[in-house]
Amino acid sequence: MKKGFRIIVLAKQVPDTRNVGKDAMKADGTVNRAALPAIFNPEDLNALELALRIKDNNPGTTVTLLTMGPGRAAEIVREGLYRGADDGVLLTDRAFAGSDTLATSYALAQTIKVMGEFDLIVSGRQAIDGDTAQVGPQVAEKLKINQITYVEEVLQVDPDFLVVRRRLDNGVETLKAPLPLLLTVNSSAPNCRSRNAKLLMRYKQARTVTERQEAAEDYLYLYDSRPFLNILEITASEIFATPDLLGLSGSPTKVKRIENVVLQAKDAVRLNTNDEGIHDLMKELIESHVIG
Amino acid sequence: MNNLFVYCEVEDGVVADVSLELLTKGRNLANELKCQLEAVVIGSSLDQIEDQISPFGADVIYLFDDPRLAPYTTAPHASILIKLFQQEQPQIVLLGATPIGRDLGPRVSSALHSGLTADCTSLEIGDHEDKKANKVYKDLLYQIRPAFGGNIIAWIINPDCRPQMATVREGVMRKQAIDAKYKAIVHRPIIADYVSETDFAVQIIERHLEKRKLNIKGASIVVSGGYGVGSKENFKLLYDLADVLGAEVGASRAAVDAGYVDHERQIGQTGITVRPKLYIACGISGQVQHRAGMEESAQVIAINTDPEAPINALADYVITGDLAEVIPKMIRYYKENTK
Repeated sequence: MKKGFRIIVLAKQVPDTRNVGKDAMKADGTVNRAALPAIFNPEDLNALELALRIKDNNPGTTVTLLTMGPGRAAEIVREGLYRGADDGVLLTDRAFAGSDTLATSYALAQTIKVMGEFDLIVSGRQAIDGDTAQVGPQVAEKLKINQITYVEEVLQVDPDFLVVRRRLDNGVETLKAPLPLLLTVNSSAPNCRSRNAKLLMRYKQARTVTERQEAAEDYLYLYDSRPFLNILEITASEIFATPDLLGLSGSPTKVKRIENVVLQAKDAVRLNTNDEGIHDLMKELIESHVIG
Repeated sequence: MNNLFVYCEVEDGVVADVSLELLTKGRNLANELKCQLEAVVIGSSLDQIEDQISPFGADVIYLFDDPRLAPYTTAPHASILIKLFQQEQPQIVLLGATPIGRDLGPRVSSALHSGLTADCTSLEIGDHEDKKANKVYKDLLYQIRPAFGGNIIAWIINPDCRPQMATVREGVMRKQAIDAKYKAIVHRPIIADYVSETDFAVQIIERHLEKRKLNIKGASIVVSGGYGVGSKENFKLLYDLADVLGAEVGASRAAVDAGYVDHERQIGQTGITVRPKLYIACGISGQVQHRAGMEESAQVIAINTDPEAPINALADYVITGDLAEVIPKMIRYYKENTK
């Protein structure tokens, strides 16, 4: 019998669009992305937790975090290491700039092929900066493996198959699926465990090769004696990709134009909280049969 | 060839509303493009299902009818669509932005290397000039949706790849049959030509579907709260007002993400679209994604501490103040005036 599973977690660093405050909007009505903190996509954390629970219960299992993004996305890999991932990969290259979901899934699938055999891929159902929920299924198709989306819990783990429960808008389904398999995980799944203090100490200096080149010199000896501090950085030239299928040229969808929405204000009746105004409003709505 | 396809979802012998809405939109787009509207139904016991579809103006209906094709699993439905689209070369494919459409659409687009735009709020036909390549594209599908968590609307196009694929949420498009006697050509392809045994490797062991308890979409009054409501406890005020008015309670995404209220009440681009007689927006700033789900409300009352909140631009009545003060007064004066 094989010993444990090899699990790859797909995670994305996203701008925190959930609490867009006033300072996040520019005067012209567009979003000031720089004012939004970069965070670990929330449902990708649910995915990480799901993977870590399989690891907890199945000795020999390894969890590898894979993220695609600019250099600063190495932060996502470190965050995964602090919470219990065994290692991580940053896929980064200017050639990926402008990727839509299809070009992204192609780059990820090519990288996964280079990373070798795996049993399970898990990712969040969707990222909060686009909400498309496309990359997971697109990766599964490119790897020619089965997918189960909207997963909430893994009910049974067998060397050859999983039993999982998925949560839909209108109910739940329990499915049995053979490995290898790709799962996308809902926010209704258990929250991710917090950082572990020991792991935080262990991986605090984990760096990609690019980050190391910028690191203070006193630390550099660390990376030879402690290989676990090396975050693997992979670039476009290492994944046997067809250049035309990457980045902007590999993206069938193009943005024709974007428009800042400028609202033509209606001629609104303005009221304050005094009793008279609200009394008259309710009276008017009742008389016009809008309410009542 | 080069027609417009709609993937139709069926549950218990009934075609989903979202599919009928897409057929309605698809018929209009097909008229503009002077092409045919074709529907694809994949499921089990599909006798007479064409009678529900053809009144919406479908010219051709493909029925893939096999006991193993329902309930939905990904691989067999994906294999059918991929093969059918390779044969028929549609120019446009529309799917509901449902758990099924969102599972299936990306799988199919990945296999066909075609562009897919999620959660469109509007679809139009138009041209595109690529000045760099000095090329003009005629009659593309403009896939219009809010983007980037802010006040931006994006027009997405797929100039070179076909089909142009888009998903749309239920309730965004209107549903309108055009002719009860409209006759479609019905094809019943041989299933074995499209799927293989390995497509059935994933098995459904158990399934519990619940009828949706909430009917926010059909409510004539919606009381809706945003991040500005401030807490789960404060949301109780909104339920109180809704109780009194016979309204449903909705929420913005920010309120859902903050844990004030369940996701099933979310109104907006990635939630429900409502068109009530009266929409009372409490502590909602009015991001474009939220407005996409409520801007066709007949009348809007905005209650906000911020006199400059974007939602005010949509409002017929703007009340600037604390909702903890305003809502109890609304309840009191409503009761007084309806005695």
